[in-house]
Amino acid sequence: MIENILLTVVTAATPFLIAAIGELIVERSGVLNLGVEGMMIMGAVFAFMAAQVTGNPYVGIIAGIIAGGAFSLIFGFLTITMVSNQVATGLALTILGLGFAGMVGESFVGLPGIKLEAISIPFLSDIPVIGRLLFGQDVIVYISFALVVGTLWFLFKTHAGLTLRSVGDNPSAAHALGISVSKVRYLAVLFGGSCAGLAGAYLSLVYVPQWTEGMTAGRGWIALALVVFASWRPERIILGAYLFGAVTIAQFHAQAVGISVPSQLLSALPYIATIVVLILISRNRRLTLINTPASLGKQFVPDR
Amino acid sequence: MKRRIFMLGAAALTAAMGLAASVTAQAEDKLKVGFVYIGPPGDFGWTYQHDQGRKAIEEALGDKVETTFLENVPEGGDSERAIERLARSGHGLIFTTSFGYMDPTLKVAKKFPKVKFEHATGYKRADNVTTYSSRFYEGRYLLGQIAARESKKGVAGYIASFPIPEVIRGINAFVLGAQSVNPDFKLKVVWVNTWFDPGKEADAAKTLVDQGVDIITQHTDSTAAMQVAAERGIKAFGQASDMIEFGKETQLTSIIDNWDDYYIARTKAVLDGSWKSEETWGGMADEMVHIAPFTNMADETKAEAEKTMAAIKSKEFHPFTGPIMKQDGSVWLKEGEVADDGTLLGMNFYVKGVDDKFPQ
Repeated sequence: MIENILLTVVTAATPFLIAAIGELIVERSGVLNLGVEGMMIMGAVFAFMAAQVTGNPYVGIIAGIIAGGAFSLIFGFLTITMVSNQVATGLALTILGLGFAGMVGESFVGLPGIKLEAISIPFLSDIPVIGRLLFGQDVIVYISFALVVGTLWFLFKTHAGLTLRSVGDNPSAAHALGISVSKVRYLAVLFGGSCAGLAGAYLSLVYVPQWTEGMTAGRGWIALALVVFASWRPERIILGAYLFGAVTIAQFHAQAVGISVPSQLLSALPYIATIVVLILISRNRRLTLINTPASLGKQFVPDR
Repeated sequence: MKRRIFMLGAAALTAAMGLAASVTAQAEDKLKVGFVYIGPPGDFGWTYQHDQGRKAIEEALGDKVETTFLENVPEGGDSERAIERLARSGHGLIFTTSFGYMDPTLKVAKKFPKVKFEHATGYKRADNVTTYSSRFYEGRYLLGQIAARESKKGVAGYIASFPIPEVIRGINAFVLGAQSVNPDFKLKVVWVNTWFDPGKEADAAKTLVDQGVDIITQHTDSTAAMQVAAERGIKAFGQASDMIEFGKETQLTSIIDNWDDYYIARTKAVLDGSWKSEETWGGMADEMVHIAPFTNMADETKAEAEKTMAAIKSKEFHPFTGPIMKQDGSVWLKEGEVADDGTLLGMNFYVKGVDDKFPQ
C-alpha cells in the first residue's frame, strides 16, 4: 500500500515539477511569464489530440511540447520584441490558452484517451518500495528527473548558464558585453513553454488520460508559486513539488481512514506555504540577493 | 510605440475574454436565454448535461430564442457580476446552474424584476426566481443497493465535493440503500473541495482504492474516477452523464441528469406569458433523473435494481422512509414516516451508518 501511495504522489507532483523547472529558467533570464496555465493546457489538448489521431502517445508528448513552445513564442514576441508589459501579457496568454484549447479540443471531449505506459528498467525496478517508484515509471517522469539535474548543471556549471543568469540579473551589463539579451530571453521563454507543454501532456496522457476543458485546474499557478517557494533553485523545486503532491495525497488518505482534518485548510496549504516562504526570504536580504533574478519582470530595451 | 503595444495587449485580452464567454450577437425580438455554468460545457458531467439542455431549447424553439452561456464562473462574488452581465444585456430568462449561485441570483433578481431567473439546486425563491432540481437521491439510493450487492469487500468509496445539502443528501441516500441490503456496509468519504479537477478526482479515487474499497461513486463532475477504477480493476458508478465509454467493464450504471424537457417547458412558459415563480423538484417519475443501463453486474442484482427503480418511479417507495436514525443515534423518522421536502432540501446531518465525521 505504501508503494501505491508513493506512486500516486509521483503522479501528483510531476506536472508541478516540470512546469516549475521551465518557469524557473524563464525567470532566471529576467522574464516573468504568468501564462504557465495557458501553455500547459495547450500542451494537454494538443498532446491528447495527436495521441488520438496517431494512436501513439509518444507522438502526443512531442505535440504537447511543440504546442506549449509555440504558444510561448507569442508571449516572447509581445514582451521581448514588442516590449509589452510582462504581467498583463502573461495573464492574457493564460486566458487565451484556456479558451483556445477548449475550442480546438471540443470534438475530443468524451473520448477515453490512450495511456502512456510505464517503462520498467530491468533489475533496478525490482528493488522493494523505491524500485517501482524510481525505475518503474513512464518516460515523462524520467524526463522530469533529468530536467532537475540538467538545469542544476546548466545554471551553475556551464558558461551558457552563467550567461542566462547575467541576463536575468543585469541585462544592461550583459548587453554591454556583447550578449544578445533578447536571444537569450527568447530561448528561455521557449524552454519554459515547452516544459509547460510537456507538463500538460503528462496531464492528458498519464494523470487522467482524457481531454476535458480546463483540466489543468490551476496547476500552472501552483507551478508559478513553486518557483518562488524554491527561491529560484532547481533542487528546491523537486522538494516543493513533491511536498505539495504529498500533502494532497496525504490529506485524502487521512480523510479515508477517518482522521478529522479540515480539508479546506489542507487544500489551501500550497498557497499558504508559498506566502510563508515569501515572508521568510524577503526578511533575509542576503538570501534574496543571491538567488532572485535582479531584473525579474523588467523589460529591457537596448540603447541604440 | 509603447501605447500601441499596450492596446494590442488589451485587444488580445478582450478577444480572449470574448472566446471564454462566447456571448452571441443580439437580436431584438427573440427571447434571450442565458446560462451560467460552474464548469466548462466539455466536462462531460454536470455542466455538459446543462449545456445539452441549452441545445435542446435551441432545437425545440428554433428562431424564437437565442441562447448564451458563461462558463467557468466561480461561485460567490464573481458569479453576481456574471449574472448581472446577462441581465443587463437583455436576457429575459437566466438559468444559474450551481448551488453557490443562490444568493447572487437573488441579489441580481431584485435589481431586475422583469427578468426571470431559475436557480438550480437552491432553496431560496422570489417573485422572479424559481428553483429547480432533480431528486438525484432516488438514483443514489439505487446505487447504494447495487453497491452492497456487488461489493465483495463490503466497503465503497465516495468522492464528495462540498458539504452542501445536495451532497449530504446523496451520501445519506447511498448509505441507506446499501444498508437496506447489507446492514454492515461501510462507506469511506473523501472531500476534494472542488466540483471539477480531473487530477484531484483521480487522486481521490486512487486513495480510495489503496484504502481497500472495491466500488467508487462520486459527486464531482469529471470522468477521472471512472478511468482510475477501470485501471485498477474495480467497479464504479458514473455521474451526471453516461460514462460507459470510460469504463466498458467498470461502470455499473450512472445517474443521468435530464434537463432538456424542463428547460424547454420553462422557456415556452416565458414565451407565452405563463411563467410563474415555483419550485420544481423532479425525480425518476418526472423523467428528470435517468438511470443508464445496468451493466457489469449479476443478473440478480439487476433484477433487484429494476424492482427498486419501478417502486421509486411509481412513488410507491420513498428512499427516506422511517425508521431512520441520525448519526448521533437520535430518531429522525419513525417507522413508516416519510421525510418532508423541506428537511431534505436543507439536509445538514448524516444518518446512522455513515462512517465519516460531519464536515463543519
